[in-house]
Amino acid sequence: MGNFIKLILLGIVAIVAAIAVNWGRDLAYQVHAFLIMLIAAGMFIWVLRNTGEPAALAPDPISGYDDGVVRAGVIATAFWGVAGFLVGVFIAFQLAFPELNFEWGQPFTNFGRLRPLHTSAVIFAFGGNALIATSFYVVQRTSGVRLFGGKLSWFVFWGYQLFIVLAATGYLLGATQSKEYAEPEWYVDLWLTIVWVAYLLVFLGTIFTRKERHIYVANWFYLSFIVTVAMLHIVNNLSVPVSFWGSRSVQVFAGVQDAMTQWWYGHNAVGFFLTAGFLGMMYYFVPKQAGRPVYSYRLSIIHFWALIFLYIWAGPHHLHYTALPDWASTLGMVFSVILWMPSWGGMINGLMTLNGAWDKLRTDPIIRMFVISLAFYGMSTFEGPMMSIRAVNSLSHYTDWTIGHVHSGALGWNGMIVFACLYFLTPKLWGRDKMYSMSAINVHFWLATVGIVLYAASMWVTGIMEGLMWREVDDQGFLVNSFADTVSAKFPMYVVRGTGGLLYLSGALIMCWNMFMTIRGAKPYQQPVAEITTPVQGV
Amino acid sequence: MSEKRLDEETGQYTTGHSYDGIEELNTPLPRWWLWTFYATIIWGLAYTIAYPAWPMVSGATAGVLGWSTRANVAEDIVEHEAQNAALVQELVGAELASVEPGSDLHRYATARGGAVFRAQCSQCHGSGAAGAMGYPNLLDNDWLWGGTIDDIAYTVAHGIRNETSDARYSEMPAFGEVLSSGEIAALVAHVQALPQGAGGEGETLFLDNCAACHGEQGEGMRDLGAPNLGDAIWLYGGDDATLTETIANARFGVMPAWGQRLSEADVRAVSLYVHSLGGGE
Repeated sequence: MGNFIKLILLGIVAIVAAIAVNWGRDLAYQVHAFLIMLIAAGMFIWVLRNTGEPAALAPDPISGYDDGVVRAGVIATAFWGVAGFLVGVFIAFQLAFPELNFEWGQPFTNFGRLRPLHTSAVIFAFGGNALIATSFYVVQRTSGVRLFGGKLSWFVFWGYQLFIVLAATGYLLGATQSKEYAEPEWYVDLWLTIVWVAYLLVFLGTIFTRKERHIYVANWFYLSFIVTVAMLHIVNNLSVPVSFWGSRSVQVFAGVQDAMTQWWYGHNAVGFFLTAGFLGMMYYFVPKQAGRPVYSYRLSIIHFWALIFLYIWAGPHHLHYTALPDWASTLGMVFSVILWMPSWGGMINGLMTLNGAWDKLRTDPIIRMFVISLAFYGMSTFEGPMMSIRAVNSLSHYTDWTIGHVHSGALGWNGMIVFACLYFLTPKLWGRDKMYSMSAINVHFWLATVGIVLYAASMWVTGIMEGLMWREVDDQGFLVNSFADTVSAKFPMYVVRGTGGLLYLSGALIMCWNMFMTIRGAKPYQQPVAEITTPVQGV
Repeated sequence: MSEKRLDEETGQYTTGHSYDGIEELNTPLPRWWLWTFYATIIWGLAYTIAYPAWPMVSGATAGVLGWSTRANVAEDIVEHEAQNAALVQELVGAELASVEPGSDLHRYATARGGAVFRAQCSQCHGSGAAGAMGYPNLLDNDWLWGGTIDDIAYTVAHGIRNETSDARYSEMPAFGEVLSSGEIAALVAHVQALPQGAGGEGETLFLDNCAACHGEQGEGMRDLGAPNLGDAIWLYGGDDATLTETIANARFGVMPAWGQRLSEADVRAVSLYVHSLGGGE
């Protein structure tokens, strides 16, 4: 019966998509419709051929949990990570050497289209896959049950990959609603909403059927991330399509309300996607790798609720000295500064968990990655509140300092913790003793660290220089420098930044090689299979 | 569920929870963390009393310091104007041709004029003043109505072919109503070959119809804003199609009389700015 409905749905989707290819009003929409038509038709045949197969997933032979989807997530994370870093390095050099905006590639490969491709690839494809994969891994183990919903977790995984492909190809073909970090057009947004609701169902269902009495702190953070991102995504993407057969849409908010909604979303994408979700990762993998108890249960409660409550108000600091009223700007700044300690609570709980295991810093490169990621987390969550102060912001806003800030958080905190998690997960998921090469992890660690330092330091220098040049006036009160003056003054720092990115990318490539060798490796390893009950079926 | 136990390394008890082997210590909140957190909250409350912050039914609290970004900008503008008041006076009274490049007055006028240009003129003439089709390039020394500072100031103040009576004015006839298409083609060929010219029918037509304004060699006439046709600079384009269209339908480029919209100081400043761009005579 379930398959019958699926076949009807897939058939309808394939036919509507075929019509959409024909009637589409713009290239991006037509290409997307064609993609969806192919996928729906392929799925139709696949479902047809697999009718009669058992509906439930068999428990994983290695762990007893549902780890197939986590394995897929780990590979997807590494793949999208490299893709995103590569585009990042390329656009960094495009800024230094504009000739790299090749004439033959116009308009698809100019900076303006590749830039959202880079940000979305690293945040949503790399970070998002890491979050989904680790949350599926962690919630099963800390709840003592398999994933709720059976194959629904696979729908989440593949549905999310489809979202990534639609978003990425859309950018290149010119479909964007011009909202930073929320560029995908209306039908891609709708699709992500469906996938995200399925994700919430799997996660919440697993927590509801848990065998532990309490919910582990990592799962609070993951859940807050899933719920809040759903809310942010829906509100910021409220728009009316110009036509059902085209990718363009019109936002429901206008002017400063639109800007405020956008940065309420934008800041909380950082707060809940890149902070809360990643703290969920931290709370499982750091104590696990260190083999130590979490430093303070009380601190985890207080900083969790403080972080969740305060983050949501901090968005207006992105709009200081704009059409935004002064009062909103003040509140955004004040909440951002108060957010400092709640953010640091996560760093303290992570770092102090190493109490009694600090010696591992010398011997275990994975622990070292966790520690440096927490250090960068602490640094950027101090830098953020500082930059939200109006007086500082009047210098830093619109300069490369902001780019440096974002990247010390993204490369340092998010990137490093994901690498560490991948090194933790790969041997466990494929039943190996440990990673194929521990010294390659060490090389990766140093390449990435030096890369981040080059990146962040060059952006601080060039950002502050740029800010000072913009505000420099002569004795009669006129601006001394033109915009082009600042661009040419920044050139050497742009080259340093690109070089830093190159080092970071090469570290990630070494990681991929190491993962490949580990997965391919012949040495199986014995891990006790957890005793777990069959999860509640349904959905 | 494991039991609460004493952790030897830290001297803290665990909470008794265990998740996949992960235990949690019941360590109290670090004091420095807690007090810093309290301090930021107290600072935050104080700051929101001092500055505009809390939204009310209509409007928001203004803050006891009376601070606002709009007031700050207004103050900055007043300060800037006071600082340069003497220079403004000098500029309005000055003989423009005698303003020395490099002097304080010239520096002030070109900086101010640059700002006026970017706000008012760049839409047509380009932000770098290189012009566009139909809008003259202001960087070269090819001037339609004259390139001395007084010529430029007059053009800026009164504009070209607008409704004001002092505007610079001239009108090229639309020769499409007078000449056949064959004649126009011959004329185009002749104009493209100026200053030598192509001779023959084209030259005859040119001398009969065009030379009165554009000169016998096509050297132009500034009193009438008639462009020089012998150089490589074209206002609308020098290819066959564009020249045919220009001769057949004529052109009628308009510029507003900025003297009616800008202050005297702004007109003088932007004139000095344009004069200083490279082609000024």
